[in-house]
Amino acid sequence: MNDRRAVITGIGVIAPGGIGVKEFWSLLSEGRTATRGITFFDPSQFRSRVAAEIDFDPLASGLGPQEVRRMDRAAQLAVVAAREAVADSGLEIDRLSPYRVGVTIGSAVGATMGLDQEYRVVSDGGRLDLVDHGYAVPHLYNYLVPSSFAAEVAWAVDAQGPCTVVSTGCTSGLDAVGHAVELIREGSADVMIAGASDAPISPITMACFDAIKATTPLNDAPGEASRPFDGTRNGFVLGEGSAVFILEEREAAKRRGAHIYAEVSGYASRCNAFHMTGLRPDGVEMAEAIGVALAEAGTAAAEIDYVNAHGSGTKQNDRHETAAFKKSLGEHAYRVPVSSIKSMVGHSLGAIGSIEIAASVLAMENNVVPPTANLHTPDPECDLDYVPLTAREWPTDTVLTVGSGFGGFQSAMVLTGEKRGTR
Amino acid sequence: MNARTVVTGMGIAAPNGLGAEDFWTATRNGRSGIGPVSRFDPAQYPLRLAGEVPGFVAEDHLPGRLLPQTDRMTRLALVAADWALTDAGITPDEVPAFDMGVVTSSSSGGFEFGQGELQKLWSKGSRYVSAYQSFAWFYAVNSGQISIRNGMKGPSSVLVSDQAGGLDAVAQARRQIRKGTPMIVTGGVDASICPWGWVAQLASGRLSTGDDPRRAYLPFDAHAHGHVPGEGGAILLLENVENARSRGARIYGEIAGYAATFDPRAGSGREPGLRTAIELALADAEVRPEDVDVIFADAAAIPEMDRVEAEAIAAVFGPYGVPVTAPKSMTGRLYSGAAALDLASALLSISTGVIPPTTNVEAVPDYRLDLVTDEPRSTPIRTALVVARGHGGFNSAVVVQAPSD
Repeated sequence: MNDRRAVITGIGVIAPGGIGVKEFWSLLSEGRTATRGITFFDPSQFRSRVAAEIDFDPLASGLGPQEVRRMDRAAQLAVVAAREAVADSGLEIDRLSPYRVGVTIGSAVGATMGLDQEYRVVSDGGRLDLVDHGYAVPHLYNYLVPSSFAAEVAWAVDAQGPCTVVSTGCTSGLDAVGHAVELIREGSADVMIAGASDAPISPITMACFDAIKATTPLNDAPGEASRPFDGTRNGFVLGEGSAVFILEEREAAKRRGAHIYAEVSGYASRCNAFHMTGLRPDGVEMAEAIGVALAEAGTAAAEIDYVNAHGSGTKQNDRHETAAFKKSLGEHAYRVPVSSIKSMVGHSLGAIGSIEIAASVLAMENNVVPPTANLHTPDPECDLDYVPLTAREWPTDTVLTVGSGFGGFQSAMVLTGEKRGTR
Repeated sequence: MNARTVVTGMGIAAPNGLGAEDFWTATRNGRSGIGPVSRFDPAQYPLRLAGEVPGFVAEDHLPGRLLPQTDRMTRLALVAADWALTDAGITPDEVPAFDMGVVTSSSSGGFEFGQGELQKLWSKGSRYVSAYQSFAWFYAVNSGQISIRNGMKGPSSVLVSDQAGGLDAVAQARRQIRKGTPMIVTGGVDASICPWGWVAQLASGRLSTGDDPRRAYLPFDAHAHGHVPGEGGAILLLENVENARSRGARIYGEIAGYAATFDPRAGSGREPGLRTAIELALADAEVRPEDVDVIFADAAAIPEMDRVEAEAIAAVFGPYGVPVTAPKSMTGRLYSGAAALDLASALLSISTGVIPPTTNVEAVPDYRLDLVTDEPRSTPIRTALVVARGHGGFNSAVVVQAPSD
């Protein structure tokens, strides 16, 4: 069992700026930004009024009217992304035993958008303490417990293996895929539909991030508001989206002649045990996660071709992360290209880890490293090569992607491509 | 890689007992914690009963600075984690930080905290929303807070599979121990007995009705008509067996097997996934059906779901083939805490040689279950199976075994 390896054979992405993998990669490789003034609701009372919204029509994306009714937006995004991933993989799931196909979906805040809207109704605008069940939508329980997201994906692809939602805040998207890899390696499943989804652009989310000044107040220049690693950065831009992958046991994938995008060769998660929202500047715990992931992948730091950073654009994160890269990669940290796609698609909380895996895999496919947009002003504390403004043609076969989030979670994943002989 | 994983500590906060000792005394004697809802006025709702954790005063256990930033479920979880560590004889300060992780289950996060902040948002405006709303309600909060309080930096996670999640968390904890982390704090605690949580749970269509605590939650009974929600759960300390033995720890039992499946989508005509989950968990534990001494059932108390569970048990173990019990008839269903508490009960059954009863219930004869009702049953127990299901089709099963010599 110990030689079982997990490879990515299908990708589905819905991110700000476009539906589908092709649109997503166009945005990243062209260095365009999808952040804009909030249109989902009147943001005038908020400190931060920018977000990375998706122009998403669930019916046009193939969902049925009843699917739309019973699912929160985040679940809808996950199902659409999962269907794209299955189609992309060419896998005929109905030819497999359904018990060998599992689902892990990451989400930080679940059905926040639906809960916010429904609370407003059952409480009659916050007037009622004893909220009125007579006004609840019939599928409110699906919003209450976000395991409904994994259930929806399982129904969509007809999976009956291990099925769960992983909810570790902003590392959920990495941790859900890491969890799926562990299930394939240990033999609990042969195929995992794994990814993440969040749709948090809602008044309650904006309000709580306003309260801790985590989101940016750069409302006058929405397209330039997300500025990871830039000296003028002052908060992240909230986003939404989903990315879902088909993960297969490598030998089975090879037997059916699948296109193998990459192997998930190493993964680890650690906690900082420090503060629910704060980070110690030294990055020790993220460095530990990176070190363990590299060791599991059997990869030396110097072999990393590209680092897909968490790069949220808050003062403390970008400093913390830069320190973690130096600690874990040594001198190589100064040589390897590092970039943050949050500069273009914002920070979709639990979803972004999976969206960043997709960006990493597409960087390997295209030998192009996506840029960090809006990076004009150097910050002496962030002194690595962050690929400012324009994408770079760059031979890319081994990628490190990392995440960091509330609750103290720090996760790292190593993706390895064909040029090192995984196929 | 396949290090054996044992349970060496437990902390329990249940509607019929605060602390493992009180809980087990009540449970083995059939004493229920279900009663009228006291945390809000339930008169306008179709169900007015709940399993509330009695007598929990957070200030007695936690520093004051934690109170404004925590939902009730997190306070209960932090205290249960403290008790589990004390029970195991572990002082976290003395253990290397990366050698300890936290894996909990969650179902709805800090929903009561969330109701308060939503009310401020919509009745007063966004600037009244607490900074703590950024984490106090979310699903990862219990793992994060337990890791911070105890300095635990090892692999940690949070799993959401509705009421099956408690077992999935324990399995993930075992996975991390097999990968090399010596000890993981795991389990689940929930507390969403607030009006907003009540309304969202009512929407499931699975809640009972009425005011009679003895007739409201009747799994496997002809009068089954839904469940009563409860709050609380259990936090366990899982440990690599070598680690536990080398420090001379008391071992409750071993997490010997686990499996999870998902039901087929509606209209497929395929069998529900529960039987397969049970069979795979037994195979993982390398035990035969006849080795199992007791089953802690999911006990949905929805007739169709009770039948599915009874048929799965009869298919694997034969009619009346094994004693079955559902002590959650005394607590209500605790959401992410439900399965973790049943796992603790299974371990306490092994320790004491007593199967607690399913209260107030007469099993439907058709189900052909050896349901332990009315009185506790004394019998040597070496192997127990815990079954849990979550809304939408989640099935999980764990096999626990008495410590081997």
